[in-house]
Amino acid sequence: MTAPTLIFGWGNPSRGDDALGPLLLDRIEALLPHHPEWGAVDLLTDFQLQVEHALDLDGRTRVLFVDASARPDQSPFRAGRLEPARDSSFTTHALSPQGVMHVYETMRAVPPPPCWLLAIAGEAFDLGTPLGRAAAANLEAAVDWTAAWLEAGRR
Amino acid sequence: MMHQFELETARNPEALRRIVIEPVSRVEGHGKVTILLDDDNKVHQVRLHIVEFRGFEKFIEGRPYWEVPVLVQRLCGICPVSHHLAASKAMDMIVGAAQLTPTAEKIRRLMHYGQMLQSHALHFFHLSSPDLLFGFDSDVAQRNIVGVAAANPDVAKKGVLLRKFGQEVIRVTSGKRVHGTGSVPGGVNKPLTPEERDYLLKDADQMVAWSVDAVRIIKQLHRANPGLYDRFGEVESTMMSLVDPSGDLDFYHGALRARDAAGEVMFDQVSYQGYHTLLTEGVKPWSYMKFPYITALGDEKGWYKVGPLARIQNCDRIPTPQAEKERLEFVAHGNGKPMHGSLGFHWARMIEMLCAAETIKTLLLDPDITGADIMTGGPRGYEGIGVIEAPRGTLFHHYRVDDDDLVTYANLIVSTTNNNTAMNVAVRDVARHYLDGRELTEGLLNHIEVAIRCFDPCLSCATHALGKMPLEVELLDAAGILVDRMVKDETGGVRQSLA
Repeated sequence: MTAPTLIFGWGNPSRGDDALGPLLLDRIEALLPHHPEWGAVDLLTDFQLQVEHALDLDGRTRVLFVDASARPDQSPFRAGRLEPARDSSFTTHALSPQGVMHVYETMRAVPPPPCWLLAIAGEAFDLGTPLGRAAAANLEAAVDWTAAWLEAGRR
Repeated sequence: MMHQFELETARNPEALRRIVIEPVSRVEGHGKVTILLDDDNKVHQVRLHIVEFRGFEKFIEGRPYWEVPVLVQRLCGICPVSHHLAASKAMDMIVGAAQLTPTAEKIRRLMHYGQMLQSHALHFFHLSSPDLLFGFDSDVAQRNIVGVAAANPDVAKKGVLLRKFGQEVIRVTSGKRVHGTGSVPGGVNKPLTPEERDYLLKDADQMVAWSVDAVRIIKQLHRANPGLYDRFGEVESTMMSLVDPSGDLDFYHGALRARDAAGEVMFDQVSYQGYHTLLTEGVKPWSYMKFPYITALGDEKGWYKVGPLARIQNCDRIPTPQAEKERLEFVAHGNGKPMHGSLGFHWARMIEMLCAAETIKTLLLDPDITGADIMTGGPRGYEGIGVIEAPRGTLFHHYRVDDDDLVTYANLIVSTTNNNTAMNVAVRDVARHYLDGRELTEGLLNHIEVAIRCFDPCLSCATHALGKMPLEVELLDAAGILVDRMVKDETGGVRQSLA
């Protein structure tokens, strides 16, 4: 049964702060039993976004994409609404969430569900390294924001 | 003829003009192309620098051997199943599983062919079809997946659904969409239920039909313009791959065969257990990535290519009927000579995708696939070598394990590393044809990228966090002064600016 709300966090759990997306899912999964008011929420993860993930948008009423961000930034995270966009981010084997939305729109011939992006600031992405201290603090802030996002969704 | 590797031979490289492309777009990880021009603005040297992460082995050493098949999936977000299975095959030797049960081997094969299908579908329909369908000089916004979808929704949709099917095969056989645990030393950890088999089987014929369509598309392109499609990025080289004991194509298991550039067999049925004497992992001071070569031939003549173009031309037969028919047409197209043009990778890749789709159906109809006998073992070993044909080519995993079950040694040769020299030669060939003068153009850069993309390189499984600079090109004069600069941003916009 497809849940109306989807949180899709991506990243490699063994590459330092790249684990932020999957780790946020773990944190939200632990919170879900205590918040039945949030309704049914699907939590999905992968190493990176790809074309087939457009099919994961089927049947949703709202979607949150979560990734680590390597962009130099003073904020713990950035969050905002997304619109479908022609994806020309030449990052190969990996689509942007806007690109996933555009694939959905093209395939289904209808607009995708409302989507948000939560980009959590990370610093170090080496294989085998643990989550950094700053990234761990950023994760806490991002979890709070996500809880508020889920809370707002029921209204 | 075999190309001499002129990267190393320029007499006065310090006097040459340098063009730098960094990183290579639509290729996983970071790559940089350096092109040195002479005073006449002709290409003199080309180097493809790949920032390969060499921490794989340290990441693995010290871990319990039974964790390794799961752990190594973290090495690569592009083909985790390949690492999962190569490590499993190596660890089979540690647990004394010389021969898996029929059910276990067939479930592993199903997983592997599912990955082959989904990886090849992604590459053809979404990474390379912009090159193939729109031409190399087309609008930047059109040269990507969404551009394909907008212009040709049917092709894009088939690509998505083929990819999804392959992912579902992986999910069912490995237990999860990602980070699966299905393959373990000695077998697999869960059988396939009849319901799971039927779930996959209902779409199998459609996947075969779409794969036939894909072969037809690329075949038409070659026949319409053989001068371009057969010759672009030509790399005349030795070809190496696994073949089964009959010489048939086999992605999961076999022994090594190599043919020379003219198609003559150089060696055959060589056990990969001796890979470390058969091959040498060469190093060059300007690259982090190694340059493997056949030891007996030396580094100048012993380099080779792996992957679809090598496999299709190395084998004697493909064991599935429709793919074999297509292989015979492919071979006939060459009029008795092997094809070495880099765009031939795409044609070969689609024949392999068809083989994968047919094989998936065959495996699902095999009564063994839902068997219950899924584990075996034997005398404990201390060293294991596992090799498979990953989507991009031959993948080697080699481990030693101590009495405490901990890995004390690990060595991996990944597919892209095997193709390192061949990619360099392909880029040089293209640069010589299309790069001339001091002006950087987007079309010119696309030609270089197209050549690299033919190999479908996976450049060390880089992170993909938001905010990476996708593409930067710099032109420096003989004195090292920046005279031109071109940047592709994340949205595909291109700007050109003087420093």
